[in-house]
Amino acid sequence: MSVRTDTPAPAPDTAAPPAPAPGRGARLRRHVARYWQLWAMLAPALGFVIVFAYVPMYGIQLAFREFDFTAGLTGGKWVGLKYFIPFFESPLFWDLMRNTVVISMATLVLGFITPIFLALVINQILRSRIKRAVQTITYLPHFISIVVIVGMLQVFLSPTSGLITRVLAFFGIDGVNFLGSTSTFVPVYVISEVWQHTGWNSIIYLAALAGVSTHLYEAAKIDGASKLQIIRHVDIPALVPTMVILLILNMGGVLNTGFEKVFLMQNTLNLPVSEVISTYTYKIGILSSQFSYSTAIGLFNTVINFGFLVLANQIAKRASDTSLW
Amino acid sequence: MSTTISPATAPLRRRRIGISRSDIPFAIIVTLICAAVLFATLYPIYFVAIASISDPTAVATGRVAFLPKGISLFGYEQILADSRIWTGYRNTLIYSIVGTALNLAVTLPAAYALSRREFRPRRPIMLGLAFTMFFSGGLIPTYLLYKDLGLLDNWLVFILPSAVNVFNLIIARSFFEASLPEELFEAAMLDGVDYFRFFLTIALPLSKALISVIGLYYLVQHWNDFFTGLIFVRDYDKQPLQIVLRDILLSNQAFSGGAGGAGGSGGAYGQQYADQIKYGVIIVSTLPVIILYPFLQKYFEKGVMIGSVKG
Repeated sequence: MSVRTDTPAPAPDTAAPPAPAPGRGARLRRHVARYWQLWAMLAPALGFVIVFAYVPMYGIQLAFREFDFTAGLTGGKWVGLKYFIPFFESPLFWDLMRNTVVISMATLVLGFITPIFLALVINQILRSRIKRAVQTITYLPHFISIVVIVGMLQVFLSPTSGLITRVLAFFGIDGVNFLGSTSTFVPVYVISEVWQHTGWNSIIYLAALAGVSTHLYEAAKIDGASKLQIIRHVDIPALVPTMVILLILNMGGVLNTGFEKVFLMQNTLNLPVSEVISTYTYKIGILSSQFSYSTAIGLFNTVINFGFLVLANQIAKRASDTSLW
Repeated sequence: MSTTISPATAPLRRRRIGISRSDIPFAIIVTLICAAVLFATLYPIYFVAIASISDPTAVATGRVAFLPKGISLFGYEQILADSRIWTGYRNTLIYSIVGTALNLAVTLPAAYALSRREFRPRRPIMLGLAFTMFFSGGLIPTYLLYKDLGLLDNWLVFILPSAVNVFNLIIARSFFEASLPEELFEAAMLDGVDYFRFFLTIALPLSKALISVIGLYYLVQHWNDFFTGLIFVRDYDKQPLQIVLRDILLSNQAFSGGAGGAGGSGGAYGQQYADQIKYGVIIVSTLPVIILYPFLQKYFEKGVMIGSVKG
């Protein structure tokens, strides 16, 4: 899961020619002669990344410019923070921030804990065939598309005929319109996220648990540790590095509430709690063509996310030895 | 709970009995949790399957729980007759197959190049690639770029922008690094094999597991892509399955004739039939994944394992 690139290549053999250090031109020529094939293999991928990731980044300057149809992406008049200030001053700003942070934090916290718990439980299954079967079944929902997930939520939670609505009515919880109420939107969102992704996200923890040396378990058993004590003192410490990496990566997406799912779950009834930054930029930008304003909001979102990523990485570096860079 | 019992304080007799006695409730709890998790995972999917072939009224009034009741294929008949679904299906198949082929053709050679340790620029290049995982231009600059490139309402928009997924590239690079022995490369070099030939004739044939893994990741990504159609395509004939699904499942356009499910003249009766179409559509659209799943699951998992190898 780590994105860390490795340490420099071991002992490059470029030191071969002695005394007079080759000039930059000569070195470049030799590099090209030796590695042009690798560059050729890289070229298509680099081309796609530059065009489809870096060119839009260059286009971010639109956030500071007036959009001008005739002048293209970056030709408009420079207007500084003109489009940021109304966003910060808008009464919507705090609503958007609150909704975005609530949805993503709830997902982050629950989505972080449940895979660890599931991995610890599955790891206790003694027979390996059953263990594999449980594992395989629990990550099946990961591959169902978001549209289908939201479609399933709609039929299961339908106020008139939904399966879950009826089961809850049996227990006396009646008349709740789960998808059309401000108080149930976030729980429904988060629980369905957990349902869909817990199994998949637990795979990496199970891999970490499989790597724990059997000596540790034997030693713990000889010490008379109970199963719970073994989980507490052997299993969980083995998972900490993985937890830290995943937590940092997830922190980098704090304001990236999944656009698609929120968008598909939105309706006029739950809009007060379901309008988030990404859906708002879509409506402002694509639907009402306020390009500069939407870019500014999007940039604000990206910068906050990136800030969280750097911050989380910094904290992790101080608190433990694990970090992304 | 956190006290560690040292051997001295735990006599042999107590230890043996203590472990086995505490094991039984523990095993029961583990079993119960697993059973609950399995039920919670499978039952919703199973219910959709049986609801799609049951009498809609029985489903709506809660008389279908574990077995289908009063078999009715009304939903599937409607789906078969609905050209939107088949157009969407065809489009998604084309986008997925062409897209995945391009993904592999672009990702694998690049990943191999970046796995060569003697290739010094690989470190800055990796950083430049990884950066794009966390920082992006955002929706509008992307939209305007696609517009300039003529990708709006163009089927290539489903193929080209997603040609490289940096995460999959990192998985592939880690695999090449970890699985191709350096001696193999050195021996080939002595025989005068260059990078191209080594990649094509030695690295690729040894990497079938990797190709399956990231091929599948890309395939699923294309199959489930909803965003691209929503933002960049207006022409309904080019829309992929997920957009059609959205219209049927979420916008109450279950009947291709246009009569909405909820409200309208149909009322509760119409809603029941609309629901049955929805159950059927969920099955039809998810079927390829569910059928392939048992065969492919070991590869999905492998991908996570390879990805977790520290690069």
